[in-house]
Amino acid sequence: MNYKDLLRKDKMPHIWCPGCGHGMVLSAFLRALAKKDFDPDNVAVISGIGCSSRASGYLDFNTLHTTHGRAIPFATGIKMAKPGLKVIVLTGDGDSTAIGGNHLIHAARRNIELTVIVFNNNIYGMTSGQYSPLTPHMKLATTAPYGNIDYPFDLVNLAKGAGATFVARSATVQPRHLEKVIGQGLDHNGFSLIEVITQCPTYFGRKNKMGSPVDMLQWQRENTSTTGKEGTIPLGIFAQEERPEYGENYFELIKTLGEGKSGE
Amino acid sequence: MSKKLIQGNEACVEGALAAGARFFAGYPITPSTEIAELMAKKLPRVGGVFMQMEDEIASIATIIGASISGAKAMTATSGPGFSLMQENLGFAAMTEVPIVVVNVTRGGPSTGTPTKASQGDFMQARWGCHGDHPIIVLAPSSVQEVYDLAITAFNMSEKYMVPVVLLYDEVVGHLREGVELVASSEVLNREFPTVAPANYRPYATGDGLIPKLAPFGSGYRYHMSGLSHDETGFPTGNPATIENLVMRLNDKIENNRKDIIKYKAIDMEDAEVILLAYGSPLRSAQQVQKQARARGEKVGLIQLLTLWPFPHELLTDVYAKTKADFIVPELSLGQLADEVSKSVPRDKITRVNRNDGALITPAQLEQVLKGVM
Amino acid sequence: MSKDWELIISGSGGQGAILAGIIFAEAALADGYNVIQTQSYGPEARGGASRSEVLISHEELAYPKVQDCNLMVALTQESLDKYGSLLGAGGILIIDEAIDSSTLKTSIKVYKAPIFATAEKLLKPMVANILVLGILNAISGIVNLEHLESAVQARVPAATIPLNLTALAEGSKIGKDLASKSI
Ligand SMILES: Cc1ncc(C[n+]2csc(CCOP(=O)(O)OP(=O)(O)O)c2C)c(N)n1
Ligand code: SF4
Repeated sequence: MNYKDLLRKDKMPHIWCPGCGHGMVLSAFLRALAKKDFDPDNVAVISGIGCSSRASGYLDFNTLHTTHGRAIPFATGIKMAKPGLKVIVLTGDGDSTAIGGNHLIHAARRNIELTVIVFNNNIYGMTSGQYSPLTPHMKLATTAPYGNIDYPFDLVNLAKGAGATFVARSATVQPRHLEKVIGQGLDHNGFSLIEVITQCPTYFGRKNKMGSPVDMLQWQRENTSTTGKEGTIPLGIFAQEERPEYGENYFELIKTLGEGKSGE
Repeated sequence: MSKKLIQGNEACVEGALAAGARFFAGYPITPSTEIAELMAKKLPRVGGVFMQMEDEIASIATIIGASISGAKAMTATSGPGFSLMQENLGFAAMTEVPIVVVNVTRGGPSTGTPTKASQGDFMQARWGCHGDHPIIVLAPSSVQEVYDLAITAFNMSEKYMVPVVLLYDEVVGHLREGVELVASSEVLNREFPTVAPANYRPYATGDGLIPKLAPFGSGYRYHMSGLSHDETGFPTGNPATIENLVMRLNDKIENNRKDIIKYKAIDMEDAEVILLAYGSPLRSAQQVQKQARARGEKVGLIQLLTLWPFPHELLTDVYAKTKADFIVPELSLGQLADEVSKSVPRDKITRVNRNDGALITPAQLEQVLKGVM
Repeated sequence: MSKDWELIISGSGGQGAILAGIIFAEAALADGYNVIQTQSYGPEARGGASRSEVLISHEELAYPKVQDCNLMVALTQESLDKYGSLLGAGGILIIDEAIDSSTLKTSIKVYKAPIFATAEKLLKPMVANILVLGILNAISGIVNLEHLESAVQARVPAATIPLNLTALAEGSKIGKDLASKSI
């Protein structure tokens, strides 16, 4: 299947700024998904609020654009009431680690089968450039005019520590790597989280004098590595573990108790 | 059928299950916790899902998700949790996803008095969410009514595609009475679309104003959003479309007030004084009204079963016919009496308020009645 | 014969006063009465004195709490001290023989029974709550004993049913005895 057939073309043009990395994440996701044999009728894409969370509207699946930070619990209900659906969450770094941070760690702990793709642009894009829990120390933001004195989460370690059974990190500068790890996340039977380093030239880039979108990708090329190069942000798969999935456990319980109907 | 001795909160679970509820997500909070505990025990036995979530925000989000997948879903909480749920309650109203939220009320503000009854959530149940949104709020006053109205709550929610709040105080939630566990109304289910998926516009409602939303995974791929949207479900900035949406959301309830508003009006014909109440104060009012009639005093009683939409037409009509004095006992500073005063002149309303966690007793009400007669 | 009963059963937490109230209410419901059972909750119900209230009537009941208590069981001195004043003139009080009720209104009919000694004899002090239901019912004659037995069976842990039924029977005997002596 051509991944472009998975788009709602009549909803284009998208709202993203020129050079924004969100579209690159979305196309990598669709390329990965197109290689699987999911029936689009059985795919649900859930998002929160933010520039990144607008992605759901452009996709020809069952799509739900929820409230800020809450995509994961909405997705949890959708999945548990219809376990046959492939449920994917598209979310921003603010959406998933600030206002939605609690839901993220608890979904990871339960090991419910959701594929969560975090569009990490290190900033709140939609509200015009305030710092997020993933904004690096001393970087500038509209609410950190003297440099961000907060320290950021390491999202990969956070998810691992919370019990996520598949954790990966990639970047928009590595589209093939990105597509590959998303594909592996989609195949994973359990909670999977893929952090994607992406660029917001309009706010994070401009505030921090990072230059054009191309310069920002160049920064990514120099500061990330799939081979563990010293002093760079590592990309790759950091957890991949088999553990009974939440829904499987629950529906097993239903079976042992007798009735065996699904939750619909 | 013989009566069973059960608690209000147990009756809530029995009613919900009888109405077809098969999904519950919640977070423990007094005085609603028995509902979660019983759901945890019963749901998996009927093939349903129970989840204890990390907080009330997740709880309501999860049941909305479950309902989008087609399940009849419910959560239960009390004041602090109900406050946390407001944003997503508005989301359900905006996206027209049926859910039932039970709020077993306790004293507030803040953590307040967890184990005592209060009616301080009367206004929050209607106006807790931002924006002009539709909502239905039902208020049982006995264990039997908890059972019956739990079924009605699901029915109205499915029929009107709107969140329904079942609101009752701690006393109603915890008392035990004999109940007949027989559904007094038939179980209603939301309508599904019949058009071909290619022609499906989820929010194209026609004159009925009520959308037919396809459960996710049923072959209709569409978009749902809490943003102001058009008939296709996609965001719009068009002022006329936004106006239409907000009007339709509210009109679908307003146009059906007759069907939604439930109450009991007793001895209205010659009433000179009318006691008006719901919840545990109603129980005192019932006793006092009966005693007064036995003494030959012309006292009537109005029990509200639907709180919102508020039955102004009933009160306007009753007042026009009787010119009666109203006594409004409530476990709050006067949220109910204030609403009543939109259809009954203020100087015809005697307020009886109590905020200390104790109940308004029949003896207290008798005193007030004596003053008014 | 239709009399309204407003019963309070009180004791210290863990003595099963609440369960006793529920069981008695259930029996009365099976007897065709209207009943309401309520209990103290929360901090109030932790440790200290806890109480269960039961309203029993052939009329429809509205207000759910005791307004004019005419029947009371107090399993401890502390609970009697705390709630004794709620018992109205002419009311019936059932207490253990070790409890002092001298401060109560003189019009109250006090039945002192060897509640804990008998429970002890059955080797299980924890059945005192069921035993006292036997006494209570024999004295007040409110419900059909069979309904009380079924309610006990429905509400106590399955393994303890025989023991609790024995306690109920013992209590009935004691109650009948007390009632006949007091005529
Ligand atoms: C409850 C609530 N609080 C605040 C907002 C405002 N808000 C909208 S998007 C957003 C941040 C989005 O940042 P992120 O998730 O990183 O996504 P991005 O826009 O950068 O893609 C905020 C704070 C909101 N919509 N709802
Ligand atoms: S503001 Fe930033 S994140 Fe949002 S669309 Fe523009 S570039 Fe992308």
